[in-house]
Amino acid sequence: MNKILFSSISKKFVMATAGLFLLLFLPVHLLINFMLLKSDPEPFNKAAHFMATFPLVKVFEIVLIGAIMIHITWGIMLQIQNWLARPVGYVSGSKADTSFFSRFMIWTGSSVLIFLVLHFFNFYFVKLGLVPGDAEDFYSIAHNLFKLPMYNYIYLTCFTLLGFHLYHALGSAFQTLGLNHRIWTPVVKVISIIYAILLPAGFAFISISLWLFR
Amino acid sequence: MKLTLKIWRQKNAKSKGNFETYQMDNVSPEMAFLEMLDALNKRLVEEDKDPVAFDHDCREGICGSCGMYINGHPHGPIPAITTCHLSMRFFKEGQTVWIEPWRAKPFPVIKDLIVDRTAFDKIQIAGGFISVNTGAAPEANNILIRKKDSDNAFDSAICIGCGACVAACKNASAMLFVSAKISQFALLPQGKVEAIDRVRAMVAKMDEVGFGNCSNTGACEAECPKQIKLTNISRMNREYFKAY
Repeated sequence: MNKILFSSISKKFVMATAGLFLLLFLPVHLLINFMLLKSDPEPFNKAAHFMATFPLVKVFEIVLIGAIMIHITWGIMLQIQNWLARPVGYVSGSKADTSFFSRFMIWTGSSVLIFLVLHFFNFYFVKLGLVPGDAEDFYSIAHNLFKLPMYNYIYLTCFTLLGFHLYHALGSAFQTLGLNHRIWTPVVKVISIIYAILLPAGFAFISISLWLFR
Repeated sequence: MKLTLKIWRQKNAKSKGNFETYQMDNVSPEMAFLEMLDALNKRLVEEDKDPVAFDHDCREGICGSCGMYINGHPHGPIPAITTCHLSMRFFKEGQTVWIEPWRAKPFPVIKDLIVDRTAFDKIQIAGGFISVNTGAAPEANNILIRKKDSDNAFDSAICIGCGACVAACKNASAMLFVSAKISQFALLPQGKVEAIDRVRAMVAKMDEVGFGNCSNTGACEAECPKQIKLTNISRMNREYFKAY
């Protein structure tokens, strides 16, 4: 059974499905973040409160945390196995004509993980009561963070790298799930590029707006 | 033309190995790459030195024997050809040419540029066949096959099992090879009978011998001398999901 669950294809299947689930959550998060641009903290705090208390969202949250943990764990496990599969590298490097961002998924993913840890300390752990802070006023926490230049530098860097990660992610997930099609694969590729640009751009827009224009 | 060759020399599987530098002064652009190595070996033999060991057989691009990693590419810098079809006219006067063996844990170096590719044979033996009695061939038109399917099956079947996909892949994954061998049967009615057992056995063997995991980078497709497509990997994944 372990051989099946942890076969190369099964592991990739798990990576792809967990990754796709995370892709679905990001636009939801972005929509809520846009409320930060309002001068009234009420809508954002209400939305954050709803996300923290509504039972269905709580279930969704458990699945989401699970997906994050699985995507990270499986990603690291796959990467270690891949490194072990080539103990001696090439002196003349690799000059194959490949999708550029696909070569660095572990590193772009790792930067997203670094940001995620920071983000959890700033918000999620506050909500859980593990870190001191006002869980009912995430609006102020966010605004105070976006006043710090260093936080914005980290934020913008990580979201740029998230964009690089997403650039390869969607098409890769479809390929792994066996959904490779003469017509639809190029369409997915285009959607993937649009998604990889628009989504981080949305988060970056909020960051820059609050940092420089407030 | 003059060339500087940097060739990986390794006495046997257990020894450490290192790059040796060889100057070649009279390389004709009309030479094939392997002929150039033959010329080098002739010289080494005359100098009472150990010639460079490399795999070759048909020298017609169809046997899958020749395999060396040349200047960052399996089979050299020209797409869709094997090393034996690589001509010296693609190299420039004074160029340094790095020649390395395939690098992957399941492909240990035997000597110099020769690697042990029996890992591929093990995968084939695990399920890359159909169980039919040999003997008189049945009437060809008894089983009608859609043209598109037979074309796709043939496109997969032209994989020569050279290992360039593994050599090119940053993860040393063999999924392009395995998926081609699975696809050539999965697309045909004769192959559908044992499809479940085949994909299970071949994928299990592929994992067991220690190849890496595919991350859809596409280096395999870009470097394959027979232009085997990534669609095969997607098909193999579908076959695998269906099998469980």
